[in-house]
Amino acid sequence: MTSPFPLAVALDGLGWHPAAWRTSPLDPAAVFTPEHWVRLVREAEAGLLDFVTFEDTFGPPSAAPGEINGRLDAVLVASRVAPVTRHVGLVPVATTTHTEPFHLASALATLDYVSGGRAGWQARVSARPGEDRLLGRRTVPLEGEGVWDLFDEASDAVEVVRRLWDSWEDDAIIRDVATGRFVDRDKLHYIDFAGKWFSVKGPAIVPRPPQGQPVVAALAHAPVPYDFAARSADVVFVTPSSAEEAGAIVQALDPSLKVFADLVVFLDDHATGAVARRARLDELTPWQSDALIVTGTPEQLADLLVAWRAAGVDGFRLRPGALPWDLEAITRLLVPVLQDRGLFRTSYEPGDLRTRLGLPVAVNRYSSEGISVA
Amino acid sequence: MPDKTLPKQIILAAHFPGVNNTTVWSDPAAGSQIEFDSFVHLARTAERGKFDFFFLAEGLRLREQRGLIHDLDVVGRPDTLTVLSALAAVTTHLGLAGTLNATFHEPYELARQLATLDHLSGGRAAWNVVTSSGPFFGENFRRGGFLDYADRYTRAGEFIDAARVLWDSWNALEPVRDSGFFADTGQFTVRSPQFDIAGRFPVPRSPQGHPVILQAGDSDGGRELAASRADAIFSRHHELEDGREFYRDVKGRLARYGRSPDSLKIIPGVSYVLGETEADAQEKAHHIRRQQVSPQTAILLLEQVWNRDLSAYDADGPLPEVDPLDDENTIIQGRTAQTHDRHRTAAEWRARADAKNLSIRELIIEVTGRQSFIGTASTVAAQLNEYVQTGACDGFILVPHLTPTGLDEFVDTVVPLLQERGVFRTDYESGTLRGHLGLA
Repeated sequence: MTSPFPLAVALDGLGWHPAAWRTSPLDPAAVFTPEHWVRLVREAEAGLLDFVTFEDTFGPPSAAPGEINGRLDAVLVASRVAPVTRHVGLVPVATTTHTEPFHLASALATLDYVSGGRAGWQARVSARPGEDRLLGRRTVPLEGEGVWDLFDEASDAVEVVRRLWDSWEDDAIIRDVATGRFVDRDKLHYIDFAGKWFSVKGPAIVPRPPQGQPVVAALAHAPVPYDFAARSADVVFVTPSSAEEAGAIVQALDPSLKVFADLVVFLDDHATGAVARRARLDELTPWQSDALIVTGTPEQLADLLVAWRAAGVDGFRLRPGALPWDLEAITRLLVPVLQDRGLFRTSYEPGDLRTRLGLPVAVNRYSSEGISVA
Repeated sequence: MPDKTLPKQIILAAHFPGVNNTTVWSDPAAGSQIEFDSFVHLARTAERGKFDFFFLAEGLRLREQRGLIHDLDVVGRPDTLTVLSALAAVTTHLGLAGTLNATFHEPYELARQLATLDHLSGGRAAWNVVTSSGPFFGENFRRGGFLDYADRYTRAGEFIDAARVLWDSWNALEPVRDSGFFADTGQFTVRSPQFDIAGRFPVPRSPQGHPVILQAGDSDGGRELAASRADAIFSRHHELEDGREFYRDVKGRLARYGRSPDSLKIIPGVSYVLGETEADAQEKAHHIRRQQVSPQTAILLLEQVWNRDLSAYDADGPLPEVDPLDDENTIIQGRTAQTHDRHRTAAEWRARADAKNLSIRELIIEVTGRQSFIGTASTVAAQLNEYVQTGACDGFILVPHLTPTGLDEFVDTVVPLLQERGVFRTDYESGTLRGHLGLA
């Protein structure tokens, strides 16, 4: 059974406020160390959260003065953390525009192996200025229809990745000494994908991952990305500014999608503390987010979550405004409030990430192909 | 300065068993080639033995024979970088070397991943540079088989140069909270025949500065690439005298690039069989060879020379009377051909089989892949040491035949003997792979 209140956190740098690193007691250079990430993810796991996401882009993060302008590769960070955590889902961002779908499929399937079925993938296009020059092979339009083409291409990339994940049937490895065969090649499938943007032959180099299909997620703010999420993802992160808007977005989305509302949070026992902390950061770098910013007490946030849940969202992805405070406030203050209200798990249930999120068992698209049972 | 009174120190690395027939999957002790526990076991065994590094190959497409997916050897493996990053969590000193193809990766992305691995492992990352060309692998990638065979080392060389530009693009990382200055960093431009890229690199200079570069391949082009740019060369195993010749040749190329002989390590991949006695070791070696060459595998290896379908032949019977086909190789895809002159090889094999009355399987066992070192722990330790002290190589990448326990006995019995001889470390003296290898 799933927790009635799916709750994730989005990790990036020293928090989502661009000035967060300037007031944090944590060493800003530590965001490039494994210890930083292990500590954050263990904190999320101690709070029994469903999963964490690792922010990433193809190009570097902001070059604006006063912001952290470097970042490690999110898939590798998630993999580094996997062996030293046991339950929490690990969902890195990986981009689709300038990367190879074949490599993505291999890396994410492998993350599912090293994490024992806890892997997810937040798929993202690369539509920021200069990202095409990092690869140097084509020019990506940043305006007009060309931008929307990136989502079409991303859908193809996810389709290829999903086919590759299924390209080995679960019982393909037979180790049959009598015939000398390691695999039953009839259970390995060419995916033969040929689309507008690329062709991929297959099969995968990595056997089918433990979840069959690791969880695919996407952040979406507009109709084209909503369509991309509906075509390609299991989980969509959305950014409504009110319960009403949340309800309207849920109504507009494909009902098979798990809809998670994104919220930036500044939390404190006393609302004035959270307000003052955020004000201090805004003084350093004035900032608005694509998601609603909630500044207040864990009880106030819990009330809001309950209201949005009633409006139809399935879960929440909280973006801590500044670390370490706002992550610890989620795990040590908000979670107990939700538990007291009987809304949140008190220990992890067994099962992989798909099971935790209430996603159906992933049926292999190739399993019954060409097989007729007499 | 190295102490001249000490004997030369041996480099040891552990190769995770691969997807050719040296890996014995039919043995009852053979474990999973994909579960993470297998990688943890081998990496921790190597670290227990104070090895320099752990080594992983890369898969870009499943192998094929006669147009079908090759099913007789281990098939499938995990993603190289993702496994190495996870292994960084369960080891503390061991170097983590990954094979990554310069043809089907791109400098910005791969440099970012390798720099990330170097940060996440505290300075233990290495890249084994390989190349490929032709449409077979290309069918899994956006560009297809875009690269001419003749350009593969050109691209690899430019790729390494580009990666090093990116790795050098950051100044010191000293964020200042008061002023809001995080780092002034990361601008790069690379223009070469293969690459035209520019922008900002997102990863600060990593603990090693430059992850260690290995180059795999013994061809003249490969040797030159290694001499011009690599820190180590992953070569084939040679008999002692041929090894010394290879060693002299490669080290002799370094001066032209203004490099010292010590700046490029020569580390052949080798297999081994250990026994209580010499006879015991020989018997085990033969048993393993029979496991490696099943009847089906014997036919398949014969087909690679004959270049035609021999599936109707009995592996326990005589060699085919038909001759090899001259057409372009259509039999195997995704691996290197065994021979360049099929008729000559076939004639030699026939003569050998006739002289000793060998079946197909017996012949294949004789002519392919005998283990590099066979003996007691003591004799193997002595042989390994002789190779290094007499200038045939600087160390070894050990390729066990069993996953994941194939290195256990070596670490338990041979490593202590090398340590007693004073030719192998008894504990790590550095936290980085460059430090282990004695590289600047």
